[in-house]
Amino acid sequence: MAFFRAENISISFGGLKALNGVSFDVRKGEIFSVIGPNGAGKTTIFNCINRFYDLDEGAFVLEDHVISKIKPHEVAEMGIARTFQNIELFKNTTVLDNLILGRHRRRRSNVFTEILFSRSVQKQELESREKAEEIIDFLDLEAYREQRVINLPYGVQKTVELGRALAMDPKLLLLDEPSSGLNVEETEDLSFWMSDIKEELGITILLVEHNMRFVQQASDRILALDFGEIITQGNPKDVLNHPEVMKAYLGEEDVFTQS
Amino acid sequence: MELVNEILQTVLSGISIGCVYGLVALGFVLIFKATEVINFAQGELLMLGAFISYSLITMLNFPYWTALLVTVIFMGFFGTLLERTVLRSLVGEPVYAIVIVTIGISFFLRSVVSMVPGWGTDTYGFQTPFTEKFVRTGELVVSWEYLAIVLITTALILVLFAFFRFTRVGTAMRATSQNQLAAVYMGISVTRVFSLTWTIAAALGGIGGILLSPITFVHMNMGFIGLKAFPAAVLGGFGSLPGAIVGGLIIGITESLAGFYLPEGWKDIAAWIILIGVLVIRPQGLFGIQEKKKV
Amino acid sequence: MKTDYNEDIRLFKYRSTFFWYLALVIGCLILPLLLDEYLISQLTFICMYAVAAVGLMLLTGYTGQISIGHAAFFAIGSYTSAILTAKGVPFILALPAAGILAGFVGVIIGRPILHLTGLYLAIATMGFAFIVDEILVRWESLTQGNMGFYVDPPSIGPFIIDTELRYYYLTLVVLILTLFAARNILRSPTGRAMIAIRDSEVAAEAMGINLAKFKTIAFAVSAFFAGVAGSLYAHKLFFINPESYTILLSIELLAMIIIGGLGSLHGAVFGAVFFIFLPQVIIMTKDYMPVYIQNQTGLEPALFGLLIVLVMLFEPMGIYGRWLKTKFYFEMFPLYKKDSFKREKKYQKAERH
Repeated sequence: MAFFRAENISISFGGLKALNGVSFDVRKGEIFSVIGPNGAGKTTIFNCINRFYDLDEGAFVLEDHVISKIKPHEVAEMGIARTFQNIELFKNTTVLDNLILGRHRRRRSNVFTEILFSRSVQKQELESREKAEEIIDFLDLEAYREQRVINLPYGVQKTVELGRALAMDPKLLLLDEPSSGLNVEETEDLSFWMSDIKEELGITILLVEHNMRFVQQASDRILALDFGEIITQGNPKDVLNHPEVMKAYLGEEDVFTQS
Repeated sequence: MELVNEILQTVLSGISIGCVYGLVALGFVLIFKATEVINFAQGELLMLGAFISYSLITMLNFPYWTALLVTVIFMGFFGTLLERTVLRSLVGEPVYAIVIVTIGISFFLRSVVSMVPGWGTDTYGFQTPFTEKFVRTGELVVSWEYLAIVLITTALILVLFAFFRFTRVGTAMRATSQNQLAAVYMGISVTRVFSLTWTIAAALGGIGGILLSPITFVHMNMGFIGLKAFPAAVLGGFGSLPGAIVGGLIIGITESLAGFYLPEGWKDIAAWIILIGVLVIRPQGLFGIQEKKKV
Repeated sequence: MKTDYNEDIRLFKYRSTFFWYLALVIGCLILPLLLDEYLISQLTFICMYAVAAVGLMLLTGYTGQISIGHAAFFAIGSYTSAILTAKGVPFILALPAAGILAGFVGVIIGRPILHLTGLYLAIATMGFAFIVDEILVRWESLTQGNMGFYVDPPSIGPFIIDTELRYYYLTLVVLILTLFAARNILRSPTGRAMIAIRDSEVAAEAMGINLAKFKTIAFAVSAFFAGVAGSLYAHKLFFINPESYTILLSIELLAMIIIGGLGSLHGAVFGAVFFIFLPQVIIMTKDYMPVYIQNQTGLEPALFGLLIVLVMLFEPMGIYGRWLKTKFYFEMFPLYKKDSFKREKKYQKAERH
């Protein structure tokens, strides 16, 4: 049984079909990648899952719950976390606060108990911090704990964003081009973490990526998109050697040099 | 028939006051588009223009049209000066800091005007070529003062339109307002564009002042008209020049009709009720474009 | 790895910070004993405006939602408290009631307008303030319109607060409670959600933060404090009428928090101090000016406007920004480098139409 399913999803912007009848299944515990040239509709899938856009047709199903009609903030409550292509951190606060914000969906307090900072709020704060410290430890962010995000180098910011998503204790993690802008070392760290996330934390990952070498290494299965339609899907080797995929990428010159 | 006339009269006076709102709103929008700053001193620029034209006409006996020209030139110069001395050093600083600076400027201008000998806190009026002249068509009587506002505003809008559409500088200004970074890469001097924007906005304020004077008279608080031009600019979408004028007209007409047909008190808030109503339905104003952040 | 987090969630992270604040509070308690009645009443105004400024800071400085309509909540607080106490309700109940009603109105009007962004929200709140002001003028049976409303000095039980000194202590206590409440909110999930909304709405939503809900909470809490400040204001002046709550008050409150320094509670208090004390300083310097200028009524606002411009030119990040730099300078002395806080000036990259 599929863990997460896209059923025949379509969306268009001003007459342009960004996604056209796309269906795929993500199995529990796997890393499933979506590839395709710029403008193929990869990030649009994420934005639709997060309900920033309304689907014209089709549905997303997570463990038998249809999640394409709920409110945007409820998506997180269903256990879906994500990162963003161009980093959307809360940049005027510290790394620690960003991570604790990931715990927001566990909030049990209300504004009245918070004004008094009651025992239960204190307990909740301690729990959030414990979780955040685990992540700081896991992602090696110790040195940056109290620093404001805006002052951090790009690569570290990307890591913080991954950490913030992990702090949510998600079932499904959506990563939007996690390796873009990273240097070789940082990319290696990333694939190391990703396999840990998969193996140790048991989190299913849906990945959108541009860096082919990285995708090939990391993914269990791949879906290739172009112009909002599926070219092919299956195991990494087959998909990457598929003639249509090669053609879609050759049309765009800088793809293999970009990493 | 009498009712129709009455309504027409009211609407016409609404249109003319709406034109002044529109002019002030145009000043807001110009500066906002170029710098993302809301200029809280726009109304005070109008007041300053009104006082200057008053002095030129009554103290120095300038003819009306000469006074208008001199005021516009002076105000344009004043806008440039303001930009050079105060605002230029703030380019790149947080927008809200600059907004507060314009609030400070508005306090300052209003108070300084009250301290100038011969101006002070009194209310003044002056003669214009349109004073006490009327156009009659059938039963309808229209004051030239009102008509002049509409005509001069229309002419001004045409000039501005031509400027932005057909001149190099105008095109550069439009480009800068859309994407500053790209404009810089294209070799446009953003500083000069900012400076010019303040010049034009101040000059527009000056014209607004002269036009408004015969209707509300000249006094230190006439700058509060800026508070009416705000909803006008927002109604239009705060980024659209024609929107500012249309917004001004809507506010002017509403106010005029509400003042005539509704109980006392409605005149001042009718415009705001309409504005909030529009925003609840169309959060980006009538002519604005909804922008969604790309992620 | 860190294992004890209790110290992280304490109100004062370091013992020394606690002592500094304690010293400050003691200073605030002793200070009025050295001042005359007039200056004590100025201190009272500082506390009062600081309460409202803290409220607006939560909304504008922390949640990023600009309001140019807080005079309305201030007014609602004033009138609620005035009317309730006139009907015999004790002040100790009227004060929170003023805040609660203001907060409630905040929820009602916040819901439909809080999806507006930036400028549009600012203008909508400004319109709301105009409408409230007009209602106060017209609803004569309740507010006595432009005639104004007389308010009694407050009493708590048998204790009547009728001297400047007593009233100062009352407002000081309210201010301290306000700061406590604000601080607690800020170190709880609600406060973090507010900051998240300010920094990135999309990411906040993806974290599961209900934007409408938390914006409304911020609006309500902010209105609550403005209402409480309004109540204090009414009982201080003994007489209120709609003219005290114009757009200028809203703009002043906004200017206060920006000059104080957005995004810090210190800034709200600094801003209130700046706005109350500066006019006093200007009055004091008046004697040294030429007679013609001295006698001008426009002198104070002119200088005030000029000083606002100068302060922002000198320190666009507000007084709190300067405070941080000064502190940093002494901590780092003599290693302080002039460029430590230099920021890159940026061109606005945003695409606009």
